[in-house]
Amino acid sequence: MTALRDEAPRPLRVGRHALLVEVAGTAAAQALHAELLRRRAAGTLPPVTEIVPAARTVLLDGLDDPGALAADLAGWTVPPLPPADGEPVVIPVRYDGEDLAEVAALWGVGAAEVAGVHSSFDFRVAFCGFAPGFGYLTGLPPELHVPRRATPRTAVPAGSVALAGPYTGVYPRSSPGGWLLVGRTDAVMWDPGREPAALLAPGTRVRFEVLR
Amino acid sequence: MTALTVVRPGALTTVQDLGRPGHAHLGVPRSGALDAAAHRLADRLVGNPETYATLETTVDGCAVRVDAAVTFAVTGAPCAVRADGRPVAWGAPVRVPAGTVVDVGRARAGLRSYVAFAGGVAVAPVLGSRSRDLLSGLGPDPLTAGAVLPLGAPCGPPAAVDAAPCPAPPSDALVLPLVPGPRADWFAPTALDALDRGAYRVSSASNRIGLRTEGPALERARPGELPSEGMVLGAVQVPPDGRPVVFLADHPTTGGYPVIGVVPEPALPAAAQAAPGTPVRFAVTRA
Repeated sequence: MTALRDEAPRPLRVGRHALLVEVAGTAAAQALHAELLRRRAAGTLPPVTEIVPAARTVLLDGLDDPGALAADLAGWTVPPLPPADGEPVVIPVRYDGEDLAEVAALWGVGAAEVAGVHSSFDFRVAFCGFAPGFGYLTGLPPELHVPRRATPRTAVPAGSVALAGPYTGVYPRSSPGGWLLVGRTDAVMWDPGREPAALLAPGTRVRFEVLR
Repeated sequence: MTALTVVRPGALTTVQDLGRPGHAHLGVPRSGALDAAAHRLADRLVGNPETYATLETTVDGCAVRVDAAVTFAVTGAPCAVRADGRPVAWGAPVRVPAGTVVDVGRARAGLRSYVAFAGGVAVAPVLGSRSRDLLSGLGPDPLTAGAVLPLGAPCGPPAAVDAAPCPAPPSDALVLPLVPGPRADWFAPTALDALDRGAYRVSSASNRIGLRTEGPALERARPGELPSEGMVLGAVQVPPDGRPVVFLADHPTTGGYPVIGVVPEPALPAAAQAAPGTPVRFAVTRA
Protein backbone atom coordinates (compact mmCIF):
# COMPACT_ATOMS: atom_id res chain seq x y z
CA MET A 1 0.00 0.00 0.00
CA THR A 2 1.31 3.43 -0.83
CA ALA A 3 1.94 5.78 2.02
CA LEU A 4 -0.68 8.44 2.48
CA ARG A 5 0.39 11.99 2.90
CA ASP A 6 -1.30 13.31 6.01
CA GLU A 7 -2.84 16.27 4.28
CA ALA A 8 -3.99 14.57 1.07
CA PRO A 9 -7.51 13.16 1.09
CA ARG A 10 -7.73 10.24 -1.35
CA PRO A 11 -11.13 10.04 -3.07
CA LEU A 12 -12.35 6.59 -4.14
CA ARG A 13 -15.35 6.19 -6.42
CA VAL A 14 -18.28 4.27 -4.93
CA GLY A 15 -20.70 3.51 -7.73
CA ARG A 16 -22.16 6.37 -9.74
CA HIS A 17 -23.22 8.77 -7.01
CA ALA A 18 -20.81 8.46 -4.11
CA LEU A 19 -17.23 9.12 -3.07
CA LEU A 20 -15.33 7.56 -0.22
CA VAL A 21 -12.60 9.95 0.86
CA GLU A 22 -9.77 8.19 2.64
CA VAL A 23 -7.46 10.03 5.00
CA ALA A 24 -4.64 9.08 7.35
CA GLY A 25 -6.63 8.30 10.48
CA THR A 26 -9.51 9.13 12.77
CA ALA A 27 -8.34 12.65 13.62
CA ALA A 28 -7.95 13.46 9.91
CA ALA A 29 -11.41 11.99 9.21
CA GLN A 30 -12.89 14.18 11.95
CA ALA A 31 -11.14 17.21 10.48
CA LEU A 32 -12.34 16.43 6.95
CA HIS A 33 -15.88 15.85 8.24
CA ALA A 34 -15.84 19.22 10.00
CA GLU A 35 -14.56 20.89 6.83
CA LEU A 36 -17.27 19.21 4.72
CA LEU A 37 -19.97 20.43 7.12
CA ARG A 38 -18.46 23.91 7.05
CA ARG A 39 -18.48 23.96 3.26
CA ARG A 40 -22.02 22.60 3.12
CA ALA A 41 -23.22 25.28 5.54
CA ALA A 42 -21.41 27.91 3.45
CA GLY A 43 -23.09 26.63 0.29
CA THR A 44 -19.80 25.73 -1.40
CA LEU A 45 -20.29 21.94 -1.39
CA PRO A 46 -22.35 20.34 -4.19
CA PRO A 47 -25.70 18.92 -3.01
CA VAL A 48 -25.19 15.63 -1.14
CA THR A 49 -27.63 13.32 0.68
CA GLU A 50 -25.30 11.74 3.23
CA ILE A 51 -21.99 12.71 4.81
CA VAL A 52 -20.85 9.70 6.84
CA PRO A 53 -17.59 9.92 8.76
CA ALA A 54 -15.91 6.69 9.90
CA ALA A 55 -12.56 5.49 11.24
CA ARG A 56 -10.40 6.88 8.45
CA THR A 57 -12.86 7.82 5.74
CA VAL A 58 -15.75 10.14 5.02
CA LEU A 59 -18.44 8.90 2.63
CA LEU A 60 -20.36 11.39 0.50
CA ASP A 61 -23.46 9.79 -1.03
CA GLY A 62 -26.07 11.22 -3.34
CA LEU A 63 -23.74 13.33 -5.47
CA ASP A 64 -24.65 14.29 -9.03
CA ASP A 65 -21.05 14.34 -10.21
CA PRO A 66 -18.64 12.51 -7.88
CA GLY A 67 -15.83 12.88 -10.43
CA ALA A 68 -15.99 16.67 -10.29
CA LEU A 69 -15.87 16.71 -6.50
CA ALA A 70 -13.01 14.18 -6.50
CA ALA A 71 -11.00 16.47 -8.78
CA ASP A 72 -11.87 19.47 -6.63
CA LEU A 73 -10.82 17.68 -3.42
CA ALA A 74 -7.27 17.37 -4.72
CA GLY A 75 -6.88 21.11 -4.30
CA TRP A 76 -8.32 21.29 -0.79
CA THR A 77 -6.36 22.17 2.28
CA VAL A 78 -8.20 20.67 5.24
CA PRO A 79 -7.48 22.64 8.40
CA PRO A 80 -6.83 20.63 11.58
CA LEU A 81 -9.93 19.80 13.61
CA PRO A 82 -10.92 23.02 15.34
CA PRO A 83 -11.49 22.84 19.08
CA ALA A 84 -15.14 22.02 19.72
CA ASP A 85 -17.17 24.98 20.89
CA GLY A 86 -20.26 24.97 23.03
CA GLU A 87 -21.05 22.97 26.13
CA PRO A 88 -20.31 19.25 26.12
CA VAL A 89 -23.04 16.65 26.56
CA VAL A 90 -22.57 15.30 30.09
CA ILE A 91 -23.25 11.60 30.61
CA PRO A 92 -23.55 10.53 34.26
CA VAL A 93 -22.05 7.05 34.73
CA ARG A 94 -22.08 4.54 37.55
CA TYR A 95 -18.70 2.86 37.05
CA ASP A 96 -19.59 -0.70 38.09
CA GLY A 97 -19.30 -2.57 34.77
CA GLU A 98 -18.59 -6.28 34.55
CA ASP A 99 -15.18 -5.71 32.96
CA LEU A 100 -14.07 -2.96 35.36
CA ALA A 101 -11.39 -5.14 36.98
CA GLU A 102 -10.03 -6.19 33.59
CA VAL A 103 -9.82 -2.59 32.41
CA ALA A 104 -8.18 -1.58 35.68
CA ALA A 105 -5.57 -4.32 35.22
CA LEU A 106 -4.91 -3.24 31.62
CA TRP A 107 -4.51 0.35 32.78
CA GLY A 108 -2.38 -0.63 35.77
CA VAL A 109 -4.67 1.07 38.29
CA GLY A 110 -7.03 -0.10 41.01
CA ALA A 111 -10.65 -0.80 40.04
CA ALA A 112 -11.80 2.18 42.08
CA GLU A 113 -9.59 4.49 40.02
CA VAL A 114 -11.06 3.65 36.59
CA ALA A 115 -13.95 6.08 37.07
CA GLY A 116 -11.66 9.02 37.89
CA VAL A 117 -9.31 8.26 35.01
CA HIS A 118 -11.99 7.68 32.37
CA SER A 119 -14.05 10.71 33.35
CA SER A 120 -11.03 13.02 33.32
CA PHE A 121 -10.82 13.21 29.52
CA ASP A 122 -12.69 15.29 26.99
CA PHE A 123 -14.34 13.07 24.41
CA ARG A 124 -15.64 13.79 20.96
CA VAL A 125 -17.91 11.70 18.72
CA ALA A 126 -15.74 10.64 15.78
CA PHE A 127 -18.55 8.84 14.01
CA CYS A 128 -21.75 6.84 14.59
CA GLY A 129 -22.80 3.41 13.42
CA PHE A 130 -23.59 -0.10 14.61
CA ALA A 131 -27.01 1.05 15.82
CA PRO A 132 -28.92 4.34 15.70
CA GLY A 133 -27.43 6.62 18.32
CA PHE A 134 -24.25 4.60 18.91
CA GLY A 135 -21.29 6.98 18.81
CA TYR A 136 -17.61 6.09 18.60
CA LEU A 137 -16.02 8.55 21.04
CA THR A 138 -12.34 9.41 20.82
CA GLY A 139 -10.37 11.09 23.58
CA LEU A 140 -8.60 8.31 25.48
CA PRO A 141 -4.82 8.53 25.14
CA PRO A 142 -3.17 5.61 23.30
CA GLU A 143 -1.80 4.00 26.49
CA LEU A 144 -5.37 3.50 27.71
CA HIS A 145 -6.64 1.74 24.57
CA VAL A 146 -7.97 -1.75 25.35
CA PRO A 147 -8.74 -4.82 23.21
CA ARG A 148 -12.17 -6.26 22.58
CA ARG A 149 -13.38 -9.39 24.35
CA ALA A 150 -12.34 -12.58 22.55
CA THR A 151 -15.95 -13.73 22.71
CA PRO A 152 -18.64 -11.06 22.34
CA ARG A 153 -21.52 -11.04 24.79
CA THR A 154 -24.84 -12.04 23.24
CA ALA A 155 -26.62 -9.23 25.09
CA VAL A 156 -25.09 -6.05 26.45
CA PRO A 157 -27.65 -4.05 28.48
CA ALA A 158 -28.85 -0.68 27.18
CA GLY A 159 -26.91 2.20 28.73
CA SER A 160 -23.69 0.21 29.08
CA VAL A 161 -20.58 2.38 28.83
CA ALA A 162 -17.90 0.37 27.10
CA LEU A 163 -14.37 0.57 25.71
CA ALA A 164 -12.68 -0.97 22.67
CA GLY A 165 -9.48 0.13 20.95
CA PRO A 166 -9.34 3.92 20.91
CA TYR A 167 -13.09 4.24 21.42
CA THR A 168 -15.61 4.68 24.18
CA GLY A 169 -19.28 3.97 23.39
CA VAL A 170 -22.66 3.84 25.08
CA TYR A 171 -25.06 1.11 23.94
CA PRO A 172 -28.38 2.82 23.02
CA ARG A 173 -30.30 -0.45 23.42
CA SER A 174 -29.60 -4.02 24.39
CA SER A 175 -27.55 -5.69 21.68
CA PRO A 176 -24.72 -8.17 21.20
CA GLY A 177 -21.32 -6.61 21.77
CA GLY A 178 -17.65 -7.33 22.35
CA TRP A 179 -16.56 -4.13 24.08
CA LEU A 180 -15.31 -4.05 27.69
CA LEU A 181 -18.03 -2.79 30.03
CA VAL A 182 -16.95 -0.21 32.61
CA GLY A 183 -20.26 1.25 33.70
CA ARG A 184 -23.84 2.17 33.06
CA THR A 185 -25.81 5.35 32.43
CA ASP A 186 -29.49 6.26 32.48
CA ALA A 187 -28.94 8.81 29.71
CA VAL A 188 -31.21 8.06 26.75
CA MET A 189 -28.91 7.81 23.77
CA TRP A 190 -31.66 7.36 21.18
CA ASP A 191 -35.30 8.40 21.24
CA PRO A 192 -37.03 8.70 17.86
CA GLY A 193 -39.73 10.81 19.53
CA ARG A 194 -37.18 13.39 20.62
CA GLU A 195 -35.63 16.16 18.53
CA PRO A 196 -32.84 15.40 17.92
CA ALA A 197 -33.38 11.65 18.26
CA ALA A 198 -29.69 10.96 18.83
CA LEU A 199 -28.02 12.40 21.94
CA LEU A 200 -24.68 12.08 20.13
CA ALA A 201 -23.83 13.05 16.57
CA PRO A 202 -20.44 13.21 14.84
CA GLY A 203 -18.51 16.13 16.31
CA THR A 204 -20.44 16.25 19.61
CA ARG A 205 -18.24 16.94 22.69
CA VAL A 206 -18.86 14.57 25.58
CA ARG A 207 -17.83 14.41 29.22
CA PHE A 208 -18.53 11.53 31.56
CA GLU A 209 -19.49 12.36 35.13
CA VAL A 210 -18.94 9.90 37.97
CA LEU A 211 -22.12 8.88 39.79
CA ARG A 212 -21.49 7.40 43.19
CA MET B 1 -60.61 7.64 10.71
CA THR B 2 -60.42 4.95 8.05
CA ALA B 3 -58.39 1.91 9.03
CA LEU B 4 -57.55 -1.59 7.98
CA THR B 5 -57.40 -4.68 10.17
CA VAL B 6 -54.88 -7.41 9.45
CA VAL B 7 -56.60 -10.74 8.77
CA ARG B 8 -53.56 -12.67 7.49
CA PRO B 9 -50.15 -11.01 7.98
CA GLY B 10 -48.26 -13.31 5.59
CA ALA B 11 -44.64 -14.34 6.04
CA LEU B 12 -43.41 -10.77 6.41
CA THR B 13 -45.49 -7.73 5.58
CA THR B 14 -44.12 -4.32 6.48
CA VAL B 15 -45.13 -0.71 5.99
CA GLN B 16 -42.77 0.99 3.53
CA ASP B 17 -42.34 4.34 1.84
CA LEU B 18 -39.27 5.89 0.25
CA GLY B 19 -37.29 5.54 3.49
CA ARG B 20 -35.33 7.96 5.63
CA PRO B 21 -32.20 8.99 3.73
CA GLY B 22 -30.06 11.69 5.32
CA HIS B 23 -29.52 10.07 8.72
CA ALA B 24 -26.71 7.62 7.92
CA HIS B 25 -24.25 9.69 9.97
CA LEU B 26 -26.34 8.81 13.05
CA GLY B 27 -26.26 5.10 12.25
CA VAL B 28 -29.79 5.12 10.78
CA PRO B 29 -30.24 3.05 7.58
CA ARG B 30 -32.21 4.59 4.73
CA SER B 31 -34.70 1.69 4.60
CA GLY B 32 -37.75 2.09 2.32
CA ALA B 33 -39.49 -0.12 -0.24
CA LEU B 34 -37.06 -2.67 -1.71
CA ASP B 35 -38.78 -2.52 -5.09
CA ALA B 36 -39.12 1.24 -5.12
CA ALA B 37 -40.44 1.26 -8.69
CA ALA B 38 -43.35 -1.03 -7.76
CA HIS B 39 -44.05 1.01 -4.63
CA ARG B 40 -44.21 4.23 -6.65
CA LEU B 41 -46.49 2.69 -9.26
CA ALA B 42 -48.89 1.36 -6.62
CA ASP B 43 -49.14 4.82 -5.08
CA ARG B 44 -49.72 6.47 -8.45
CA LEU B 45 -52.46 3.99 -9.35
CA VAL B 46 -54.54 5.00 -6.32
CA GLY B 47 -53.87 8.75 -6.67
CA ASN B 48 -51.27 9.02 -3.90
CA PRO B 49 -48.00 10.94 -3.98
CA GLU B 50 -45.13 8.45 -4.23
CA THR B 51 -44.12 9.30 -0.68
CA TYR B 52 -47.24 7.70 0.81
CA ALA B 53 -46.69 4.41 2.64
CA THR B 54 -47.70 1.07 1.12
CA LEU B 55 -47.60 -2.51 2.39
CA GLU B 56 -44.64 -4.63 1.22
CA THR B 57 -45.46 -8.34 1.30
CA THR B 58 -43.00 -11.22 1.09
CA VAL B 59 -43.67 -14.47 -0.82
CA ASP B 60 -47.21 -15.22 0.33
CA GLY B 61 -48.97 -11.87 0.34
CA CYS B 62 -51.36 -10.79 3.09
CA ALA B 63 -55.03 -10.11 3.75
CA VAL B 64 -56.61 -7.06 5.37
CA ARG B 65 -60.18 -5.90 6.04
CA VAL B 66 -60.97 -2.27 5.24
CA ASP B 67 -63.51 -0.47 7.46
CA ALA B 68 -64.59 2.02 4.79
CA ALA B 69 -64.91 2.11 1.02
CA VAL B 70 -61.45 2.56 -0.41
CA THR B 71 -59.42 2.27 -3.62
CA PHE B 72 -56.37 0.02 -3.55
CA ALA B 73 -53.86 -1.34 -6.05
CA VAL B 74 -51.36 -4.22 -5.99
CA THR B 75 -48.05 -4.11 -7.91
CA GLY B 76 -44.62 -5.76 -7.69
CA ALA B 77 -44.68 -9.53 -7.67
CA PRO B 78 -47.65 -10.71 -9.79
CA CYS B 79 -50.23 -12.60 -7.74
CA ALA B 80 -53.91 -13.38 -7.47
CA VAL B 81 -55.83 -10.52 -5.82
CA ARG B 82 -59.25 -11.13 -4.28
CA ALA B 83 -61.89 -8.88 -2.74
CA ASP B 84 -64.13 -10.94 -0.43
CA GLY B 85 -63.00 -13.98 -2.40
CA ARG B 86 -63.79 -12.61 -5.86
CA PRO B 87 -60.85 -12.15 -8.26
CA VAL B 88 -60.04 -8.51 -8.99
CA ALA B 89 -57.36 -6.82 -11.06
CA TRP B 90 -53.65 -6.81 -10.25
CA GLY B 91 -51.72 -3.69 -11.33
CA ALA B 92 -54.83 -1.51 -11.47
CA PRO B 93 -56.90 0.61 -9.08
CA VAL B 94 -59.76 -1.37 -7.50
CA ARG B 95 -62.60 0.25 -5.51
CA VAL B 96 -64.14 -1.87 -2.73
CA PRO B 97 -66.92 -1.18 -0.21
CA ALA B 98 -66.54 -0.98 3.56
CA GLY B 99 -65.91 -4.32 5.25
CA THR B 100 -64.21 -5.96 2.27
CA VAL B 101 -61.37 -8.40 2.90
CA VAL B 102 -58.60 -7.64 0.40
CA ASP B 103 -56.45 -10.74 -0.13
CA VAL B 104 -53.10 -10.47 -1.85
CA GLY B 105 -52.09 -13.96 -2.92
CA ARG B 106 -48.82 -15.83 -3.14
CA ALA B 107 -46.29 -14.37 -5.58
CA ARG B 108 -46.37 -16.19 -8.92
CA ALA B 109 -43.00 -14.69 -9.82
CA GLY B 110 -40.75 -12.50 -7.72
CA LEU B 111 -41.12 -12.14 -3.97
CA ARG B 112 -42.58 -8.81 -2.93
CA SER B 113 -45.93 -7.27 -3.79
CA TYR B 114 -46.90 -3.69 -2.91
CA VAL B 115 -50.39 -2.77 -1.76
CA ALA B 116 -51.30 0.90 -1.90
CA PHE B 117 -54.51 2.33 -0.44
CA ALA B 118 -55.84 5.75 -1.40
CA GLY B 119 -54.65 8.03 1.39
CA GLY B 120 -51.73 5.78 2.27
CA VAL B 121 -50.98 3.81 5.41
CA ALA B 122 -50.92 6.64 7.91
CA VAL B 123 -48.94 5.30 10.87
CA ALA B 124 -46.82 7.86 12.74
CA PRO B 125 -43.58 8.63 10.89
CA VAL B 126 -40.19 8.16 12.54
CA LEU B 127 -37.50 10.58 11.34
CA GLY B 128 -39.73 11.54 8.45
CA SER B 129 -40.52 8.01 7.24
CA ARG B 130 -43.12 5.33 7.92
CA SER B 131 -40.80 2.55 6.77
CA ARG B 132 -40.06 -0.43 8.94
CA ASP B 133 -36.31 -0.86 9.19
CA LEU B 134 -35.58 -4.45 10.14
CA LEU B 135 -31.94 -3.79 11.04
CA SER B 136 -32.57 -0.96 13.51
CA GLY B 137 -36.13 -1.77 14.51
CA LEU B 138 -37.34 1.70 13.56
CA GLY B 139 -40.84 2.27 12.22
CA PRO B 140 -44.03 0.27 12.69
CA ASP B 141 -43.84 -3.41 13.61
CA PRO B 142 -44.31 -5.97 10.85
CA LEU B 143 -47.99 -6.82 10.45
CA THR B 144 -49.55 -9.28 12.90
CA ALA B 145 -53.03 -10.77 12.83
CA GLY B 146 -55.56 -8.36 14.34
CA ALA B 147 -53.32 -5.32 14.08
CA VAL B 148 -55.11 -2.13 13.03
CA LEU B 149 -53.41 0.40 10.77
CA PRO B 150 -54.83 3.85 10.04
CA LEU B 151 -55.35 5.07 6.48
CA GLY B 152 -55.05 8.71 5.48
CA ALA B 153 -57.61 10.74 3.58
CA PRO B 154 -57.48 10.22 -0.21
CA CYS B 155 -55.93 13.24 -1.85
CA GLY B 156 -56.29 12.65 -5.56
CA PRO B 157 -58.34 10.68 -8.05
CA PRO B 158 -57.05 7.19 -8.85
CA ALA B 159 -55.24 6.71 -12.14
CA ALA B 160 -57.52 6.32 -15.15
CA VAL B 161 -55.99 3.08 -16.36
CA ASP B 162 -57.24 -0.44 -16.76
CA ALA B 163 -53.79 -1.93 -16.27
CA ALA B 164 -50.30 -0.53 -15.81
CA PRO B 165 -47.22 -1.87 -17.57
CA CYS B 166 -44.81 -3.40 -15.07
CA PRO B 167 -41.50 -5.12 -15.69
CA ALA B 168 -41.80 -8.80 -14.84
CA PRO B 169 -39.62 -9.91 -11.93
CA PRO B 170 -36.70 -12.11 -12.98
CA SER B 171 -37.51 -15.79 -13.09
CA ASP B 172 -34.69 -17.49 -14.97
CA ALA B 173 -31.68 -15.29 -14.18
CA LEU B 174 -30.79 -12.03 -12.49
CA VAL B 175 -28.14 -9.91 -14.20
CA LEU B 176 -26.72 -7.17 -11.99
CA PRO B 177 -24.47 -4.50 -13.45
CA LEU B 178 -21.54 -3.78 -11.15
CA VAL B 179 -19.27 -0.74 -11.05
CA PRO B 180 -15.91 -1.72 -9.46
CA GLY B 181 -14.65 0.03 -6.32
CA PRO B 182 -13.96 1.35 -3.77
CA ARG B 183 -12.01 -1.64 -2.40
CA ALA B 184 -11.61 -3.76 -5.53
CA ASP B 185 -7.86 -3.54 -4.92
CA TRP B 186 -8.29 -5.58 -1.73
CA PHE B 187 -9.04 -8.58 -3.96
CA ALA B 188 -6.91 -10.75 -6.18
CA PRO B 189 -6.50 -9.32 -9.71
CA THR B 190 -8.62 -12.21 -10.97
CA ALA B 191 -11.50 -11.51 -8.57
CA LEU B 192 -13.41 -9.08 -10.82
CA ASP B 193 -13.22 -11.58 -13.69
CA ALA B 194 -14.28 -14.35 -11.33
CA LEU B 195 -17.22 -12.21 -10.25
CA ASP B 196 -18.09 -11.38 -13.86
CA ARG B 197 -18.02 -15.01 -15.00
CA GLY B 198 -19.03 -16.69 -11.76
CA ALA B 199 -22.23 -18.68 -11.52
CA TYR B 200 -23.91 -17.35 -8.39
CA ARG B 201 -27.31 -18.06 -6.94
CA VAL B 202 -29.52 -16.08 -4.60
CA SER B 203 -29.12 -17.52 -1.10
CA SER B 204 -32.13 -18.23 1.09
CA ALA B 205 -30.41 -16.12 3.78
CA SER B 206 -31.29 -13.00 1.76
CA ASN B 207 -33.49 -10.38 3.41
CA ARG B 208 -34.21 -6.65 3.40
CA ILE B 209 -30.66 -6.00 4.57
CA GLY B 210 -28.91 -7.76 1.72
CA LEU B 211 -29.13 -10.13 -1.21
CA ARG B 212 -26.76 -12.91 -0.19
CA THR B 213 -25.27 -15.16 -2.82
CA GLU B 214 -23.87 -18.65 -3.08
CA GLY B 215 -21.12 -19.40 -5.56
CA PRO B 216 -17.38 -19.20 -6.05
CA ALA B 217 -15.56 -17.44 -3.20
CA LEU B 218 -13.72 -14.27 -4.21
CA GLU B 219 -10.06 -14.34 -3.34
CA ARG B 220 -8.59 -11.54 -1.27
CA ALA B 221 -5.23 -9.99 -2.12
CA ARG B 222 -4.98 -8.11 1.16
CA PRO B 223 -5.61 -9.97 4.37
CA GLY B 224 -6.61 -8.26 7.54
CA GLU B 225 -9.41 -6.01 8.63
CA LEU B 226 -10.69 -2.86 7.03
CA PRO B 227 -11.61 -0.12 9.50
CA SER B 228 -15.38 0.44 9.32
CA GLU B 229 -16.42 2.82 6.58
CA GLY B 230 -19.64 4.24 5.16
CA MET B 231 -21.75 1.93 3.00
CA VAL B 232 -24.08 2.81 0.12
CA LEU B 233 -27.22 1.17 -1.21
CA GLY B 234 -26.17 -1.48 -3.74
CA ALA B 235 -22.67 -1.91 -2.28
CA VAL B 236 -21.36 -5.44 -2.87
CA GLN B 237 -19.61 -6.34 0.35
CA VAL B 238 -17.49 -9.47 0.55
CA PRO B 239 -17.30 -11.07 4.00
CA PRO B 240 -14.52 -13.53 4.92
CA ASP B 241 -16.36 -16.45 3.28
CA GLY B 242 -15.80 -14.73 -0.08
CA ARG B 243 -19.49 -14.73 -1.13
CA PRO B 244 -20.73 -11.32 -2.28
CA VAL B 245 -23.62 -9.64 -0.46
CA VAL B 246 -25.55 -6.90 -2.29
CA PHE B 247 -26.73 -4.32 0.24
CA LEU B 248 -30.46 -3.52 0.04
CA ALA B 249 -32.50 -0.80 1.77
CA ASP B 250 -32.00 -1.87 5.41
CA HIS B 251 -28.21 -2.20 5.04
CA PRO B 252 -25.94 -1.07 7.88
CA THR B 253 -24.70 2.49 7.48
CA THR B 254 -21.09 1.45 8.03
CA GLY B 255 -19.32 -1.85 7.52
CA GLY B 256 -15.94 -3.42 7.96
CA TYR B 257 -15.70 -5.77 4.99
CA PRO B 258 -14.30 -4.55 1.69
CA VAL B 259 -16.70 -3.47 -1.06
CA ILE B 260 -15.59 -4.82 -4.44
CA GLY B 261 -18.17 -2.84 -6.39
CA VAL B 262 -21.57 -1.21 -6.43
CA VAL B 263 -24.78 -2.30 -8.20
CA PRO B 264 -26.44 0.88 -9.52
CA GLU B 265 -29.80 1.67 -7.94
CA PRO B 266 -31.96 1.09 -11.06
CA ALA B 267 -30.95 -2.60 -10.96
CA LEU B 268 -31.92 -3.12 -7.31
CA PRO B 269 -35.70 -3.67 -7.70
CA ALA B 270 -34.92 -6.79 -9.74
CA ALA B 271 -32.53 -7.94 -7.01
CA ALA B 272 -35.25 -7.40 -4.43
CA GLN B 273 -37.60 -9.64 -6.42
CA ALA B 274 -35.14 -12.50 -7.02
CA ALA B 275 -36.21 -15.66 -5.22
CA PRO B 276 -33.71 -17.91 -3.46
CA GLY B 277 -32.04 -20.19 -6.00
CA THR B 278 -32.29 -17.67 -8.85
CA PRO B 279 -29.04 -17.65 -10.87
CA VAL B 280 -27.18 -14.34 -10.52
CA ARG B 281 -24.64 -12.88 -12.89
CA PHE B 282 -22.64 -9.77 -12.09
CA ALA B 283 -21.90 -7.82 -15.28
CA VAL B 284 -18.83 -5.78 -14.42
CA THR B 285 -18.96 -2.37 -16.08
CA ARG B 286 -16.64 0.58 -15.91
CA ALA B 287 -18.16 3.75 -14.46
